[in-house]
Amino acid sequence: MSIPLVVNGRSYSLEVDPQTPLLTALREHLDLTGSKYGCGEGLCGACTVLVEGKAQRSCVTPVSSVRGKKITTIEGLAHGDDLHPVQQAFLDEGAMQCAFCTSGMIMSAVSLLNRNREPSEKQIVDAMDGNVCRCGTHTRVIAAIQRAGRQMSESKETRR
Amino acid sequence: MTTKNIVRVDIEPERYELAERPTYYFDVDRRDFFKFLGAGALVVCALKSPGLGQESGRAHGRGDALPNDIASWLQVSENGRVTVYTGKVEIGQNIRTSLSQAVSEELHVPIERIDLVMGDTQLTPFDMGTFGSRTTPTMNLQLRKVSGAARDVLIAMAAKQWNTEPAKLVAADGKVADPAGNRSIEYAELVKGKQLTATLPAEDPLIPASDWKVAGTSVPKVNGRDFVTGKHRYPSDQTLPDMLYGKVLRPPSFGATLVSADTQKAEQMGATVVRDGNFVGVAAPTTAQAETAVATIQAKWNEVSQPSNKELFDYLRENTTNGSDPTGDGDRFESGSVDQAFSSSSHTLKATYTVQYIAHTPLETRAALAQWDADHLTVWTGTQRPFGVREQLAEAFHLPEEKIRVLMPDMGSGYGGKHTGETAVEAARLARATRHPVKVVWTREEEFTWAYFRPAGVMDVKSAVNSDGMLTAWEFHNYNSGSAGIRPYYEIPNQRIIFHPVKSPLRQGSYRALAATANHFAREAHMDEIAHSLKMDPLEFRLKNLKNERLRAVFEAAAKKFGWGKAKTGPGQGYGMGGGYEKLGNVATFAEVHVDRKSGEVRVKRVVTAFECGAIVNPDGLKNQVEGSNIQGLGGALFEAIQFKDGKILNAALSEYRVPRFSDVPQMETVLLDRKDLPSAGAGECPLVGLAPAIGNAIFDATGVRLRALPLVPDGLKAT
Ligand code: FES
Ligand code: FES
Repeated sequence: MSIPLVVNGRSYSLEVDPQTPLLTALREHLDLTGSKYGCGEGLCGACTVLVEGKAQRSCVTPVSSVRGKKITTIEGLAHGDDLHPVQQAFLDEGAMQCAFCTSGMIMSAVSLLNRNREPSEKQIVDAMDGNVCRCGTHTRVIAAIQRAGRQMSESKETRR
Repeated sequence: MTTKNIVRVDIEPERYELAERPTYYFDVDRRDFFKFLGAGALVVCALKSPGLGQESGRAHGRGDALPNDIASWLQVSENGRVTVYTGKVEIGQNIRTSLSQAVSEELHVPIERIDLVMGDTQLTPFDMGTFGSRTTPTMNLQLRKVSGAARDVLIAMAAKQWNTEPAKLVAADGKVADPAGNRSIEYAELVKGKQLTATLPAEDPLIPASDWKVAGTSVPKVNGRDFVTGKHRYPSDQTLPDMLYGKVLRPPSFGATLVSADTQKAEQMGATVVRDGNFVGVAAPTTAQAETAVATIQAKWNEVSQPSNKELFDYLRENTTNGSDPTGDGDRFESGSVDQAFSSSSHTLKATYTVQYIAHTPLETRAALAQWDADHLTVWTGTQRPFGVREQLAEAFHLPEEKIRVLMPDMGSGYGGKHTGETAVEAARLARATRHPVKVVWTREEEFTWAYFRPAGVMDVKSAVNSDGMLTAWEFHNYNSGSAGIRPYYEIPNQRIIFHPVKSPLRQGSYRALAATANHFAREAHMDEIAHSLKMDPLEFRLKNLKNERLRAVFEAAAKKFGWGKAKTGPGQGYGMGGGYEKLGNVATFAEVHVDRKSGEVRVKRVVTAFECGAIVNPDGLKNQVEGSNIQGLGGALFEAIQFKDGKILNAALSEYRVPRFSDVPQMETVLLDRKDLPSAGAGECPLVGLAPAIGNAIFDATGVRLRALPLVPDGLKAT
């Protein structure tokens, strides 16, 4: 069966089993390997992508459930050479060690900041608790999210 | 090929880590260098220090071969880039950055112009592996020397060209400048069209840290952009044209042997099935097809009975092997007259401490992509020991190592858990049968089950103190977990320390900080117990028995920052400490916990760590390592434990094996003591060892309940 997918603004048609996890479709069929496999049961967040701007665990998302929806992966977050403020903030805060969790962390953070530019530490912890980092970069990730939030509200102000 | 060769991959029990003998050679002809590099380069090689040189080098016999005991090498090319070759690998400890800093500093080249080729067995000199916090003390210094030598050669070249004295010239920003003559020349220009090599001997590589500029500061991750954009390809992200995906049929329990396997259905589905002794694997164009195919295989296995968690600690005590610890690193140590000291003491204490098996759970599971070209094998894989994996492949496929190339793209970490090459062997076996490149990526369940664990252990401790609170005798037995950090740093005249190796019921190996975590837990918890039994302040008791200045300094610094001695502000609150010396680093950790005896919830509220590992290379990176160690350490301290029965892992999923998350992370404060007068040591491991005892001691302070087993509170701590 052919499934239409819109990923990072490009349209694809995939010949796969409708139950195929979105993560597999992205990594194996579209060669978008920025989304990572960490657990396959929705519990580590390494595979997080945005579906219509909201974070979703692609490893437990059947492709058929997101047909035609707007999917953004880590590869589609920057505009050309301009990094998304969250990406930039992760660099500025040194919020990574092996960085295997980083793309999922960034996508979850973007989703949070899309809803709330100034999350409290508690709100960040709640929103990010499903993202595992085994290297222990948590405090830096929190700092990066706060920095990005400030950045995003400021740039919005100036635009207005 | 026999079963043995394909399925059994030797693991690295942690006690062998440092004793492992490398089978090293690096034969390179000077002409080979330039065949590979092209003309227009300066190559500088560093020799291995004689202390590390038990490796049997082989003479090449072809022309003017470079010495074969090279430890690292560096190339300045005519395009202005500097390429550094090291067998170390990047697994999240940020050495790609810290090593680049060292090169930038000495060679006077902007860091953006430096490339590091790491852990490629064809291009980089042999390296035992990236573990034991050895990169900073060894490789960092070596690269500084190589870079300094390269800079001197470049200055000499410019001096010759300008017919002046090298001493009158300075190197800066990738150029040699002549301030008097008001002229400068790019390094690139100097090496243009030339083929120059230089080797330098390995002497004592100490360099004073007081005037470091680039090193000693916080430089962001050098290729950070590739990670935040998803561009970096980890081992599990590697692909090749016509690649197939491989899946291996797993036995139902450890040690099971294959009786029969019906693979007909899988073959009918179009998958290639390989059966080789105990190994049954399939390869197919997609992971889904490979998974479906392997699931159709009907196999019969012969299973063997084996111990479970329930009887684990009795089992460890009862199954010691006669073999001794080959490192000789404290496997048996005795001083003074221990028995006499105990019998004449009026204040003795005895207690037993235990630690469970835990899983490294690196976020990236094991992965490998293998490709054959006639009888040459190339494998991209995630490992801390690319050269070790090459050796395993050579053994498995009866190939000379020259025919195998192992490459290690920066991976999703290891923590000591990826010393082996299981997926490399599996992918290579399937690739050979299918004549396609094959990728094998383990599922989380496979990683939990078929990798290896941090050893479980039992520690029996007996101590004696005199009426002044001075330790007089110490007897310490460790069953199975290992001898790292087993020797006390407290001043004790009479000691008996014995490590008892055990035939482990589970596959076990290295883990960040090795057995130092277990040994420090037992020792530092016991110190607390003695202090309380003497009604002495635990800090005062420790300092009374501690002469080591560096260790005293971290205890004092952490105590000050923590505010040791301050009054508690509410019920359920507790303070505790732990610390020690490991891998040339000194650490003291103070923890504040909060225990709710009604709900049983135990929360670590605040952790203060003082750490000192000589001269600091990258303060931010160091802080990152200390915090990371503490967060990772929370899991093993509080709740991580592998459950097993009849050769099966019962909690082989993240839903059943709890790892630390954002909500578990305490407030953390790190005090770094910079000792510019001392050589830099690594920091990937030592900071871990103080945390578990600090938490355990804080729980005692809060509740009066003494917990002597790690994990401390897998099910919380309800009032009974
Ligand atoms: S891989 Fe999807 S949540 Fe872990
Ligand atoms: S940085 Fe390694 S898992 Fe997060």
